[in-house]
Amino acid sequence: MNGEESMPIRLTVNGEPVAHVVPVRQHLVDFLRSVLGLTGTHLGCEHGVCGACSLRVDGVLVRGCLMLAVQADGADVVTIEGLDSTGEVADLQQAFVERNALQCGFCTPGMLMAAAELMRAGARKTRAEIRAHLAGNFCRCTGYHAIVDAVFATLEQRASAGGNRV
Amino acid sequence: MKAPKFSYVRAVSLEQVLELLERYGEDAQILAGGQSLMPALNMRLSAPRLIIDINGIAALQGIAFKDGMVRIGALARHVEVANSAIVHQHLPLIAAAMPHVAHVAVRNRGTFGGSIALADPAAELPACALALDASFVLQSLAGRREIAASDFFKGFYATARLPNELLIEALIPVRQNWVPVFLELARRHGDFAIAGVAFQLFIEGGILADARLAYFASEARPTLGRASLAAIKGERLDATSIEAAVSALPEDLAPMGSAAASAKLRLYLQSVLTRRALAQAQAAATGHARPP
Repeated sequence: MNGEESMPIRLTVNGEPVAHVVPVRQHLVDFLRSVLGLTGTHLGCEHGVCGACSLRVDGVLVRGCLMLAVQADGADVVTIEGLDSTGEVADLQQAFVERNALQCGFCTPGMLMAAAELMRAGARKTRAEIRAHLAGNFCRCTGYHAIVDAVFATLEQRASAGGNRV
Repeated sequence: MKAPKFSYVRAVSLEQVLELLERYGEDAQILAGGQSLMPALNMRLSAPRLIIDINGIAALQGIAFKDGMVRIGALARHVEVANSAIVHQHLPLIAAAMPHVAHVAVRNRGTFGGSIALADPAAELPACALALDASFVLQSLAGRREIAASDFFKGFYATARLPNELLIEALIPVRQNWVPVFLELARRHGDFAIAGVAFQLFIEGGILADARLAYFASEARPTLGRASLAAIKGERLDATSIEAAVSALPEDLAPMGSAAASAKLRLYLQSVLTRRALAQAQAAATGHARPP
């Protein structure tokens, strides 16, 4: 009871099968960062407020710091590294660059993960809807305007191109 | 920070959960969505000996409508409740509240039962449950019991749930033709409310026949307005009666102050919301939708 309790887990991370023994108290982001070396997922507040640790687990957006690694046993986890490599939001990433939607870049992986969930729906969104969707992700540099611009423009572009690309 | 050491059990049956709760009592914490427990662990505000993960218990899932009641399983995630056709059709108050419940990523994990069992005074769902006259099913090895929301919420993160009991589900009666109004004020969309109202009103022939007026993010637990209700019951909801209800608010509410808002500010904001909510209810009941 007083020692460090561990448990084996098997999961899929960015399409690759992974098996490890993890301390039961370790949260998912610490596992991804310190064990798998996937440091694209950031830890800001570590209590669910800032959104920097956003991940896709079994197809939905979650706070990686609010999930134990043992809870990801059997799960399909996609990090920003995985999202980047599939090109799912390559157009959004380009829009972020063009519109200066990042400055220090600390929040950017979380912003892209959160925006990706909105973009999967494929429909046009109003700026207010985009702001509401991204309200759980802090950015301390940009003032958000350029981020909303980038997401809005990319959604418009996809809609005009006439397709759900996902 | 990092969570303190604890033992962890991924429960495979309800019986196993209840046995562990019987054995560990207050030394155990139930892990459902984890959206409040995990922050408490990471900040070391909570240091349980045992975490019981109930996410695999199928009996705690689901949303169903039967015999005039909606049953919401303790493990129903906020996103499921928000998207549920049953909730939209039969519990429009909860449907109106859901967009205010935290942020997308938190709604994807957080659970209905978790919000009820935690009883955060600023949370939306305990107030909705109170306004809707919901009851909750609690189970221990000794058996099941059902308790009304008005008896369940005891104080600041305090409920009538005993340490050996698990919250199984909420049972919410459907009231046809009652008008729902949900309003809240928060610093940032999805953050904890600094004032909020969850009202359910029955207006017949232009007269307010009955209502359940729940106020949250004020006192240590959601509060049912009695003086404010007395001021409008049997009346037409017009400027005069609405002001009478607002004037009665200090009899109903003695808000707590916090860094986010002083007691005085919270009471003022509740009066603003009450005025808006009652006007909206009247407009909805008489078919005159207010412009947004």
